[in-house]
Amino acid sequence: MTALLEVRDLHASYGTTRVLHGLSFGVLEGGVTTLLGGNGAGKTTTLRALCGMVLRTGEITFAGRSIAHLSTEDIARLGIAHVPDGRGTFVRLTVEENLELGAITRRDRNAIAQDVERVFGYFPILQKRRGQQAGTLSGGEQQMLAIGRALMLQPRLMLLDEPSFGLAPRLVRELFGILAALNKSEGVSLLVVEQNAALALDLADQAYLVETGRIVFSGAAREIREDEKIRRSYLGY
Amino acid sequence: MELFLQQTLAGLATGTIYACIALAIVMTYQAIGHLNFAQGEMAMFSTFIAWQLIQWGTPYWIAFLATVAVSFAGGVLIERIVLRPIQHAPVLSHVAVFIGLLAILNSLAGFIWDFNVKPFPTPFGTAPLLGNGFIDAHQAGMIAITLLLLAFLYGFFRFTRVGLAMRAAAHDPVSARLVGIRVGWMTALGWGMAAAIGAIAGMMIAPIVFLEPNMMLGVLLYGFAGAVLGGLSSPVGAVIGGLIVGVVENLAGTFIPVIGGELKFTIALVIIVAVLVMKPQGLLGRPVLHRV
Ligand SMILES: Nc1ncnc2c1ncn2[C@@H]1O[C@H](COP(=O)(O)OP(=O)(O)OP(=O)(O)O)[C@@H](O)[C@H]1O
Ligand SMILES: [Mg+2]
Repeated sequence: MTALLEVRDLHASYGTTRVLHGLSFGVLEGGVTTLLGGNGAGKTTTLRALCGMVLRTGEITFAGRSIAHLSTEDIARLGIAHVPDGRGTFVRLTVEENLELGAITRRDRNAIAQDVERVFGYFPILQKRRGQQAGTLSGGEQQMLAIGRALMLQPRLMLLDEPSFGLAPRLVRELFGILAALNKSEGVSLLVVEQNAALALDLADQAYLVETGRIVFSGAAREIREDEKIRRSYLGY
Repeated sequence: MELFLQQTLAGLATGTIYACIALAIVMTYQAIGHLNFAQGEMAMFSTFIAWQLIQWGTPYWIAFLATVAVSFAGGVLIERIVLRPIQHAPVLSHVAVFIGLLAILNSLAGFIWDFNVKPFPTPFGTAPLLGNGFIDAHQAGMIAITLLLLAFLYGFFRFTRVGLAMRAAAHDPVSARLVGIRVGWMTALGWGMAAAIGAIAGMMIAPIVFLEPNMMLGVLLYGFAGAVLGGLSSPVGAVIGGLIVGVVENLAGTFIPVIGGELKFTIALVIIVAVLVMKPQGLLGRPVLHRV
């Protein structure tokens, strides 16, 4: 498998505060990579840096092309859909308008309509709420909407920032099932940031552990899952 | 009673102009978070362009459309050239730029076309309408044009993808970028549209207040009052606010003897202050619906 996303020596800062100190990692074409780490490790910042939402330096290559100097909107247009921390819901617009916005850069109207139905297939609750102001959705519904909106881009790569955050356990399992299905059947590559390591390691093929802006451990997800010592010392389960 | 009705209708007619200016102000405010004090002077300058075209023998409606198009382009250019470089600058920088823009447009218009008051044609005529002359043809035309404009804008924002993208960019620029919307261009587009709306308002009010570089001073004040009254975050509120201000202005001027013609300006200020004190979010500028 070839690399879809390659990151080398990524640094990022908020104003004068340096937060990332040279991260290198990658996502394979059709693969799932997870970034694990505790609060304040720099996971959210890493995703923001990839999308040009914070000041960053380093090499970022997507599908063989450097995106380190592109604007956030141009990176999205290349097919990188970011489900951000906080979900990025357009709270004053309807559920349906939120989904349409996910496809705002596409021109194929008929396919867009089909994709809306496809998203409703994955998340039937969104269909029921289609005319409702998105800000009134529950946290879980907003998470589904955020993933649905990302799908509307027909992305090659999805960046997911703690998709399990604030969801009931049953919903979390369902959501990760859908993510696995998207990856398998639609070939969308995933970069998943999680605190729930067990869950993320089940989904991923590669894993990186982030601590205070550095990668302290990396390897195949399966090995980490099976290595009790690593689990105990780094992941705490 | 008849006088009351007549003054209400007349107030509605001028109210449409305030509504347009209020709408232009709110659109800009939603896009960049600042009040454009130069909105009135931009409209005035547009009206001079229309006047010049008509002087050169251009038929009215062609001059009208050309002015709308030129104003749109002018609005886009002002955003790209003047506002974009200072987009992250503090409020005071924006105030300074808007006042500068106001002064430049004002003196430029005076320099090119002089400060003498000029008549401006109406395409509708001034014949009294509705038999006993409740309102005249121009006032009716003003109302009709504004309604057309509002219907067009409603359709644009409600049903087109560009309109949706503009709303998204105004509400949540960060998320808008993440779905690939070029937020900067949406802002420029909003400026173009605000300038075009202002141009229409200018061309409609010019036959009444006559054309001169300071013609929009009062209108801008009333437009602000309408925008504040409606709530700066609500385009619909701005329109309703503008209409209310128009009616209140006219009725107060007619029926409260002290106010008469001279003190009418004060009404706009009274409205602005009263709203800011009693209901700062305005009539329709309700806070976003949030789950609690
Ligand atoms: N907007 C900001 N301005 C300044 N510092 C910030 C900002 N956002 C995050 N930081 C700092 O950057 C560091 C990394 O934060 P980040 O949000 O990337 O962590 P995280 O791994 O996503 O944590 P969590 O699991 O809690 O979401 C933290 O020390 C945080 O305080
Ligand atoms: Mg985070």
